[in-house]
Amino acid sequence: MRKIWDFHGGIHPPENKDQSLGEPIAPAGIPRMLTLPVSQHIGAPAIPVVEPGDQVLKGQQIAKARGPVSVPVHAPTSGTVVAVEPRPVAHPSGLTALCVVIEPDGEDRWIEHAGLADYTAEDKAALLERIRDAGIAGMGGAGFPAAVKLAGRPGAEIDTLIINGTECEPYITADDILMRERADQIVAGTLILKHLIAPGHTLIGIEDNKPEAIAAVRRACQGHDIEVVQFPTKYPSGGEKQLIEILTGRQVPSGGLPADIGVVCQNLGTTVAIHRAIAHGEPLISRVTTVTGEAVDQPRNYDTLLGTPMAWLLERAGYRAADNNRLVMGGPMMGFTVTSADVPVVKTTNCVLAPTEAELPTPPPAQACIRCGMCAEACPASLLPQQLFWFAQGQEHEKLEQHNLFDCIECGACAYVCPSSIPLVQYYRAAKAEIVQLRQDHERANHSRDRFEARQARLEREAAEKEAKRAARKKAAEERAKKAAESGDAQEDPIQAAIERAKAKKAAQASAPAGDSRDKLEADVAATRKRLEKAEAKLAEAREADDANIAAYENAVQKTRDKLQNAEAALAAAPAPDAPAASSSGDAAQDAIARALAARYAAAELSPEEKARADLEKLEARLAKTRTKLEESRSAGEQDKVIEALESTVVRLEDKIATVRQSVGMPAEAEAKNQGQTTDPAALAIERAKARRAGTGKSSESPKEVLERNREALNKKLTTTRERLAEAREAGDDTVVAFEMAEAKLADKLARVERELAELEEA
Amino acid sequence: MEFLQQQPLLAALLALVGLGAVFGALLGFAAVRFRTEGNPIADQINDILPQTQCGQCGFPGCRPYAEAIADGEAINKCPPGGETTIQELADLLDVEAIPLDEEHGEEKVRAVAYIREDECIGCTKCIQACPVDAILGAAKQMHTVITSECTGCDLCVEPCPVDCIDMIPEQTTVQSWRWGLPRPSTVNADIIATDAPQGQAA
Repeated sequence: MRKIWDFHGGIHPPENKDQSLGEPIAPAGIPRMLTLPVSQHIGAPAIPVVEPGDQVLKGQQIAKARGPVSVPVHAPTSGTVVAVEPRPVAHPSGLTALCVVIEPDGEDRWIEHAGLADYTAEDKAALLERIRDAGIAGMGGAGFPAAVKLAGRPGAEIDTLIINGTECEPYITADDILMRERADQIVAGTLILKHLIAPGHTLIGIEDNKPEAIAAVRRACQGHDIEVVQFPTKYPSGGEKQLIEILTGRQVPSGGLPADIGVVCQNLGTTVAIHRAIAHGEPLISRVTTVTGEAVDQPRNYDTLLGTPMAWLLERAGYRAADNNRLVMGGPMMGFTVTSADVPVVKTTNCVLAPTEAELPTPPPAQACIRCGMCAEACPASLLPQQLFWFAQGQEHEKLEQHNLFDCIECGACAYVCPSSIPLVQYYRAAKAEIVQLRQDHERANHSRDRFEARQARLEREAAEKEAKRAARKKAAEERAKKAAESGDAQEDPIQAAIERAKAKKAAQASAPAGDSRDKLEADVAATRKRLEKAEAKLAEAREADDANIAAYENAVQKTRDKLQNAEAALAAAPAPDAPAASSSGDAAQDAIARALAARYAAAELSPEEKARADLEKLEARLAKTRTKLEESRSAGEQDKVIEALESTVVRLEDKIATVRQSVGMPAEAEAKNQGQTTDPAALAIERAKARRAGTGKSSESPKEVLERNREALNKKLTTTRERLAEAREAGDDTVVAFEMAEAKLADKLARVERELAELEEA
Repeated sequence: MEFLQQQPLLAALLALVGLGAVFGALLGFAAVRFRTEGNPIADQINDILPQTQCGQCGFPGCRPYAEAIADGEAINKCPPGGETTIQELADLLDVEAIPLDEEHGEEKVRAVAYIREDECIGCTKCIQACPVDAILGAAKQMHTVITSECTGCDLCVEPCPVDCIDMIPEQTTVQSWRWGLPRPSTVNADIIATDAPQGQAA
């Protein structure tokens, strides 16, 4: 005989269990509609994997587990999924939650399933996987996923396995009848759990108000190392922590779990479900539910498919709605009132209670606390309920936590004994909820603050990096300038050389007295012309793209043109050159300029074709040189930057050569175009490019032909734009506005061209 | 020595001055050696503030407001925190809890920003406005809100050029539903005739 301990407090409410024990378990049958909430357990709600219209078989998974602390949901019978939507569920809030609604086809066809012949041969992890896949959550009330509980925590040594057959709450007899009728299944499930956990002791704890159940379980346990322990009836000895204390004398520490003291506790119903899952491969699709209360004619236990509406069960039991004052899911102590009889039975529904007003009267109005202390005597967790009530009223959360509010199991013993009928548990629930909410808010706030600070730090870092880059650039530029000032002459680097040249040129211009030698003036003219060409090209581009900066470009072109005129006038006024190349000033930079100018003059002497060929030769020579350099630096393993720069130079040179070759191919036109206009090679190139862009048009076509060609192109563009606009409109795109604008613009342009054409014809 | 023994007044004076100098030096050293970084009270205040970083208080973020409160700013300028935060601040600072300053906004249900994605033009303006980097997207790409990171601060709503951001109040679900306190009417029951409101007593 095992020593039995006692826990503090506890009450002895009228049991009212006999009413529903007169008849054996009866199948509740298949209702017209099954509503299966995806969240019937503690943890993340399952994710539906079926859609309305799908045919499902009995035992088929209809929602899969989300994350580790979650279990799947299965179809309790075969039929058609008619909806996956929020429906009212059994919850004190009366809110709706996502449900899978199945219309049974009445055939009750099973999906293919098979049990394990010998589970002892299986891996522990595989067995846990099976239990999880069967959707088994604790069926005692909380609905904690069984596989998570059984997996335990690393390092926690389990010495005692307790099967909870206490069922201490009045009215409920689901476990009692299960023990009487299916003791063999309970023992089979217990053996599986024993195999999984390998505890030193295995106990089945049953209150002494269930002698038949005790006898049945004892019979079934014969030959197995399972101890059936009987102990005096007291509410709430079925609470996990209380049961552990009764059977082992050990107390679960505040805020701890039974596993912390080497105990695992499982509900009877869960044990049976685990047996069915392992031995038969059947998922959790039904449970035994007590239907009782004076408002039903035949109170009894039903084997109920999950998802069955409460109304269906009540109908079976002969429900008299007129006599009933409220419908309770669960027992009278810990159950909650549901708002409608249509809510479904879920994995944790052990009882449907339909009492009359005389049986379970509406609680009388609460009166003031008289500090009698009866609640403290009744509290199974040794708390001070009246103090907690006081602090809950004043929302003193810190004090509540100091008084171990979170050890309250909400059993309702304090409210039961309260002579002032204060709904104490409701205060504790509200206070707990408030504290949990505040904790969550605080956590969120901390998280937000971290993110905010991280963002702040990032912005600062970016600003600092930008600043540092700017400073580095500035410093580099200054250094370069200093170096240039020191060395004075051009270096190997072509870019540096170009900068040097530009600098030298500027210096030369600045140092040369105004109205000086003719070559300077000519260079001036050439440069200005070059700038003008560039500006014009840009203006044209802008016009084409309908840029907002047209005015600015026009202005620039006008200014440059003025400058060019001035420069040309100055050149005309200057005396004729005698020997430009000879004017050596001794300065290296000026010498270089002079040489370049001389080369330019020499080039100007040549015909465009000859000049192009000369250019080509020069470019090819440069290309060859650069290529050798590239090869050299590659083999020498120079820095990537250098190699990259050289590579890009090669590409550029190749491009240039291609352009020049092309221009050599049509020298006549270039000649015709450039005659008497410019001698500058760069300007020539631009001219050539322009000519190419205009195609053969500008030189050979008449203005009228040009306009006509323009009109055609615009017409074509307009048609495509209209087509696309129509498409966009049909598709209801956001781009409609953009297309409309484009259409208007094109139409505008077309009108202008046509007007010009008309004017031309008139002329 | 002899001289001091004969001048007890001077001796006492010297002793006191000496003690003063020694302790003064000790305190001075401690002040330098154990200096606290930052403002500890501002840290505590910042811990209480809801960290929405919405700026409704008129300060650029929760931390600046916390510092301002530490320097004597009113504690009732935080609408997202509401009465709870004011109460906590009052407890911490040992001042009178005052009602929320309506000038800075009302206490509202917690909301989450939602971008109507087909209307988003990908301008990134909301991304730049979000104080907690809760908006995901790139230029000319549709943006979206990371719901779990959104503090509901409203700061992204105003910069949106196409007004495609909604603030959706959080819905109560079965998971987020909480028990409330019992209704007061069931607490203060009419037990005797004089409990009834005036005029109804028979």
